[in-house]
Amino acid sequence: MKLSGAEIIWECLIREGVDVVFGYPGGAILPTYDALNKYTDRIHHVLVRHEQGATHMADGYARASGRVGVAIATSGPGATNMVTGLATAMMDSTPMVCITGQVPLNAIGTDAFQETDVTGCTLPVTKHNYLVTDIHELAYTIREAFHIARTGRPGPVLVDIPKDVQNQVIDFIYPEGPIELPGYQPPKEAHEADLVAALELIKAAQKPIILAGHGVTMSGAEKELRDFAEITQTPIALTILGKGAIDEKHPLVIGMMGMHGEAAANQAIQEADLLIALGMRFDDRVTGNTKSYSPNSRKIHVEIDPSEINKNIQVDVGINGDLATVLRQLNPRLKSLEHKAWFRQIMDWKEDTNMRDIVQNSLPDGKLWAPHVIADIWKFTGGEAVTSTDVGQHQMWEAQYYPHARPRTLLTSGGLGTMGFGFPAAIGAKFAMPEEEVWAIVGDGGFQMTLCELATAKQENININIAIINNAYLGMVRQWQQMFYNERYIATPMVNPDFVLLAEAYGIPARRITTREEIEGAVEWARSINGPALLEFVVEQHDIVYPMVPAGADLHDMIRRPTDLVSQDWDNPNAV
Amino acid sequence: MKSTLVALVENKPGVLNRVVSLFRRRAFNMDSLTVGRTHRPDVSRMTIIMDTEHPGDAKKIIMHLYKLIDVIEVQNLTDQARINRDLALIKIRTTDAISRNNITEFTYRYGARIVDIGPDVTIVEITGEPDHVESFIRELEPMGIIEMARTGLVSMGRGVRSMKKADHESKRHTAALLSLQSNGNSNNGSTGG
Ligand SMILES: Cc1ncc(C[n+]2csc(CCOP(=O)(O)OP(=O)(O)O)c2C)c(N)n1
Ligand SMILES: [Mg+2]
Repeated sequence: MKLSGAEIIWECLIREGVDVVFGYPGGAILPTYDALNKYTDRIHHVLVRHEQGATHMADGYARASGRVGVAIATSGPGATNMVTGLATAMMDSTPMVCITGQVPLNAIGTDAFQETDVTGCTLPVTKHNYLVTDIHELAYTIREAFHIARTGRPGPVLVDIPKDVQNQVIDFIYPEGPIELPGYQPPKEAHEADLVAALELIKAAQKPIILAGHGVTMSGAEKELRDFAEITQTPIALTILGKGAIDEKHPLVIGMMGMHGEAAANQAIQEADLLIALGMRFDDRVTGNTKSYSPNSRKIHVEIDPSEINKNIQVDVGINGDLATVLRQLNPRLKSLEHKAWFRQIMDWKEDTNMRDIVQNSLPDGKLWAPHVIADIWKFTGGEAVTSTDVGQHQMWEAQYYPHARPRTLLTSGGLGTMGFGFPAAIGAKFAMPEEEVWAIVGDGGFQMTLCELATAKQENININIAIINNAYLGMVRQWQQMFYNERYIATPMVNPDFVLLAEAYGIPARRITTREEIEGAVEWARSINGPALLEFVVEQHDIVYPMVPAGADLHDMIRRPTDLVSQDWDNPNAV
Repeated sequence: MKSTLVALVENKPGVLNRVVSLFRRRAFNMDSLTVGRTHRPDVSRMTIIMDTEHPGDAKKIIMHLYKLIDVIEVQNLTDQARINRDLALIKIRTTDAISRNNITEFTYRYGARIVDIGPDVTIVEITGEPDHVESFIRELEPMGIIEMARTGLVSMGRGVRSMKKADHESKRHTAALLSLQSNGNSNNGSTGG
């Protein structure tokens, strides 16, 4: 069969199971767009309004489904607009393939119109990238790209394809057979000696704690994690990307760890005599000061990426393998254990946490607090929605006040903290999981970074709900200014557009909510709309996310909510 | 401290850039780097001499190197019996009989070679352990070095252990490396043959 390079791209995507791509055309990728005319029955193309949006959509698609997300852009500015999205995906290990057009081969290196060294630019923010210089290698390269994106520690892969390679025509035979990458063989099982060493530590521990991260979901190890924890009666603390690895209502779950984690989880980590780190990477936002981090514990680290083991925290047993596989090796060899005294201690901390840090919710003060909004969205969606957050205070409140029961239901930029991620990622997630109810929970600041995708949402009539937590501030930065810069609020107050009018300008129905009483009705209204709907919650401007471990401080050195604000009885989703 | 790493990489465009960029963005310092072919056309070999401030540094960078798809195998030769070779071409001012005699004598003593003699200058070539090359250069310095070019080090471990284009066995290497380390043994990072 004679096919052009452009057609080969689509043929390959179809063979990889791709049914939707997010993209934006331009000169260097036009042959590929033209060829798309032949494939519209099998691939749906979503026209975004900015290439960053395409990458976040592909990312949200991948996070929500576990399938590889695909984004397409033209050369030069199209490709450079993807850099933020690639870096976001790289940090959080999202499987993604980006295809970019490039100037023709003979123009490369001449500063041609819209030429950028895209493989050079994206080298540090991709798991791997390619410049395809020979059409005969095109199909194999795309196969390899998908293979690399989705296996091992997943990540984004970029394939840069010159325009003339797209135009060339060859006899196309799809390259079947195994992928040969001598330098790439992701690990699977653990070594026997390491299993034995881990089992000994587990048996000896009095105060063990599991640190569950993104790797649990990426490896599909949810059941294995639960089994492990139940047999050994080990409490679980979650990283933000670990949320959903196990139902947060499970009695063994303490809560999120880290800078804005629940105090009880951080206290338990500091007091523990054994850390069992599963698919997490001891990011500085979860460890605080590494010198004083969990000082009295032995440490086991199961991780698919060997470079993460002993990178930030020295461990006693490092197991380089696929988490689900390793746990399947370990679990049958575990003995039932109990840690009653340890649990009593944790429950005490947890009660204290719930009383001290979770606040305002019962105060009938007539004000609308952001945590109210999140807790109520949780309540009125039955805790079952897929939520996608942006970055800032609302993100931390989402993590604190919206317990997730299922994997892949919280999409959030953890490693890079990319403002502008939340809304496009929600669109991508809905394409991946049309049966799910999807909410974008975004700040007024971050939403404005990618709000142009309102047009995309409208054009696609994608059925998502957008909740803007409008505090008229870059709230998280304002919080730092309040706490660490003596309340000198510079460059954080915002004069915002009228978000309701704005949405309506895009043809998207919208409502503004200013009191807690209105939340239920508004949520129900948004859910009833078939297509995008936007809710603007006008919340208190000076709220603070508690507790907080200041950057670089000891993990136990948390700033807690001042006690005079504390109140207990409200329907807190986290209550024990 | 200096560490000596040898990496087998796929002979593809951009691989050198990937390796060098990795050192830069992970804030490790390369002291010298040589790249060349091997007996296999699809595999290139790099010898990397790096500054290692902390004991775990070499191990860390090896792990990061393994994440590069094009890197097939890495050995840490620092504490291993190995052959090191550095090559230098040195151009010396030799305007009179005395200096020409001197250079002949030095080259003979050091096992170096005179590779070019002109009316006013002589070019000598020396190959050997870096220390040997260093002291040769020190001897020549008083005579007036006009120009010098050094290749940087290439290294090869002694004995039957060899680096081979990784099959499945040798790529299980990173797991083995970690495993030994967690059992308290020191390990040089090679799975060997
Ligand atoms: C692209 C980008 N720029 C800057 C920042 C730094 N930053 C982190 S949180 C934040 C404020 C976010 O404000 P908003 O979106 O209104 O959310 P809020 O904190 O008020 O809930 C900023 C500026 C970032 N994370 N990402
Ligand atoms: Mg805000």
